Amino acid sequence: MALIKHGKLADNIWHDTDEFAELQALAPLGPVIVDLDIWRQHRDEILAQIARIGGRIGLRLTPGQTPDLVAADLDHFELIELQFAKFTDGRAYSQARLLRGRHGFKSELRASGDILRDQLTFMLRCGFDSFLVATDHQAEAILEAVEEFAHWYQPALDQGATIPALRRRIHGAAGASTADCAAAWAY
Amino acid sequence: MYRYDEFDHAFVAERVEQFRGQVARRIAGELTEDAFKPLRLMNGLYLQLHAYMLRVAIPYGTLSARQMRKLAYIARTHDRGYGHFTTRQNIQFNWPKLDDVPTILDELADVEMHAIQTSGNCIRNTTADPLAGVAADEIDDPRVYAEIIRQWSTLHPEFSFLPRKFKIAVTGSPNDRAVTRGHDIGLRMHRDLQGRPGFEVMVGGGQGRTPIMAKTIRNFLPVDHLLSYLEAVLRVYNQLGRRDNIYKARIKILVQSEGAEKFAELVEAEWLQIRDNAVDLPMEERDRIAAYFAPPRYDDLPDVCPALDLAIAADRRFAAWVESNVVAHKQPGYAIATISLKPHGGIPGDASADQMDAVATLSEKFGFGELRVSYKQNLILPDVAKADLLALWRALDGLDLGTANAGRISDIIACPGLDYCNLANARSIPIAQRISERFTDLQRERDIGDISLNISGCINACAHHHVANIGILGVNKNGTEFYQVTLGGVATEDAAVGAIIGPAFDEWQIADAVEDIVDVYLHQRQTDETFIETYQRIGPQPFKETLYGTDQARQAG
Ligand code: SF4
Repeated sequence: MALIKHGKLADNIWHDTDEFAELQALAPLGPVIVDLDIWRQHRDEILAQIARIGGRIGLRLTPGQTPDLVAADLDHFELIELQFAKFTDGRAYSQARLLRGRHGFKSELRASGDILRDQLTFMLRCGFDSFLVATDHQAEAILEAVEEFAHWYQPALDQGATIPALRRRIHGAAGASTADCAAAWAY
Repeated sequence: MYRYDEFDHAFVAERVEQFRGQVARRIAGELTEDAFKPLRLMNGLYLQLHAYMLRVAIPYGTLSARQMRKLAYIARTHDRGYGHFTTRQNIQFNWPKLDDVPTILDELADVEMHAIQTSGNCIRNTTADPLAGVAADEIDDPRVYAEIIRQWSTLHPEFSFLPRKFKIAVTGSPNDRAVTRGHDIGLRMHRDLQGRPGFEVMVGGGQGRTPIMAKTIRNFLPVDHLLSYLEAVLRVYNQLGRRDNIYKARIKILVQSEGAEKFAELVEAEWLQIRDNAVDLPMEERDRIAAYFAPPRYDDLPDVCPALDLAIAADRRFAAWVESNVVAHKQPGYAIATISLKPHGGIPGDASADQMDAVATLSEKFGFGELRVSYKQNLILPDVAKADLLALWRALDGLDLGTANAGRISDIIACPGLDYCNLANARSIPIAQRISERFTDLQRERDIGDISLNISGCINACAHHHVANIGILGVNKNGTEFYQVTLGGVATEDAAVGAIIGPAFDEWQIADAVEDIVDVYLHQRQTDETFIETYQRIGPQPFKETLYGTDQARQAG
């Protein structure tokens, strides 16, 4: 596995578990990623453990789990991982936009699974900032793709100006600035 | 029409460069066909039975003369000298070589065209009324909104991997020439009591193996909220649409399983959260786009044109062409002319490179250098002075493009079928040719009048046979091609799905069956009734009896 974070290869410090028992064995807790079932069953214990001995917790959502389910808990997570079971399954794009835009999630948003080189820009624009892929080779290919596009029509979560915003800037019409545009996406 | 500015140009250029890299990696063997497939599909490149096929978007069916010449050039240089216009206002090239494709895309970018999102599970080329901006019955010009949708939906970061392909159609007229109810989203323009324009939003239409007409989920959406509302529909669909079964993945299945009312509630709830954010274009950007669609400089002409009346009286072939192929223009003294791509015995929707060049020149001579491509796979000259119609028709006649059959029985919509398509069960093109050859008699075609006949080579229904008055579907039974007939489909504002009339016909019987169906209509019709009106009045039984005999009709019924 190889991790890309903030546009560079990085070490993956996060431990993955789907067993609560295993989770308890880690002291201090984490950094560890749990799934929604574990979080729901053991939320209070996990939070108590963190309060007692410290720790860092991340959450993994499957494509069918809407972020609304954990909207109130988002402050507890230092990372949320969304999965692309197949590259054609685009539900995580909506999950990402909702997490970032609607629910204001600020920490690491990680994509894992079947990630193609040519999807990376879409993912960045939906608010992902880290990517877990199968091999180093894949990671390098993916990094190249980031440079390919500079122009987009829709406002999104990367900080780039959209084509309509650039038009307004060039043609001098009174309109939203780039920053307005990126900020306005946060609903 | 819309012109790219520096940003649109830069955007498409980046895309072509990206694809050039992908093709190079494929040819060098760094990419397997499996890995290359999703990439080429994002650029409209399909692998068909015999070769690659490139589908180029003609946004909302509008073309300039310059663009048409470029299509002719591509057909001549990179294909076998022709192109095929589709029901979705696209053009397909059937024989490009893989390593030529980036160059073709470069050529297209030169004239502000591309093949982005003409395939894949994304928002496809937005279609519109081919008579947009010129039709006498129009409320407002739908091209402005189709262009706004085109820009918004292009490489949308969230909606490029939907459960299934997604098609949007827009009309600004009460008479629907864009089959809006047959689309995933259909938008039909209305005005509210204050006279402000807005859209009726219809969702969940589609053809394929489960033909369904879209349901209205909102009666009136003010135009300023168009994009946020579309975003709400797409977000609900992206999250809840089925992904486990490709035949159940279209939004129509979701709307059906949730119920239109519940689906509308989900959309409204999502929309409430986003309706005031940045996605809707500010007024000045909408005005900027609208300015491109300002009417051309028409001459002040009297609406009555005695020269035209004389010509009509003098030449019965010309008179027949005017009757079927010319419709009213909103500007006095002008008319809208359909150029039929359906010569009797020809391949529906095909145009040769020479024809494309010639038509481009005609659009400059008899108009403002603009052309339209229609859902019916014909071309349209939108701005012809009435006094020029005779000269235009003579020129077209000399190019084998003057057939007087728009809206007639030989104006057949046919998909490529087994001659090209790797999903096909049966051939469509030879069947269309055989049927149209039965109706070469001008007087007989006029007598039969308005009717639609569509032929699809498999249940994917690319030729929209479900919404044709006479629909023909190719099926394969133990290795033999058969043709199933549906009657009663309607593609206009009262869209309806046709019903199967009985057992299928083989390839030698099908043209006879069509003639029998037409004869039943001619015998049964009352004054001025069209085919569909007669069918709706008398029902399928008389047709069954004629086609299958009384005994079998009882069984089939
Ligand atoms: S209807 Fe079937 S045969 Fe015809 S073009 Fe579509 S997929 Fe191919």
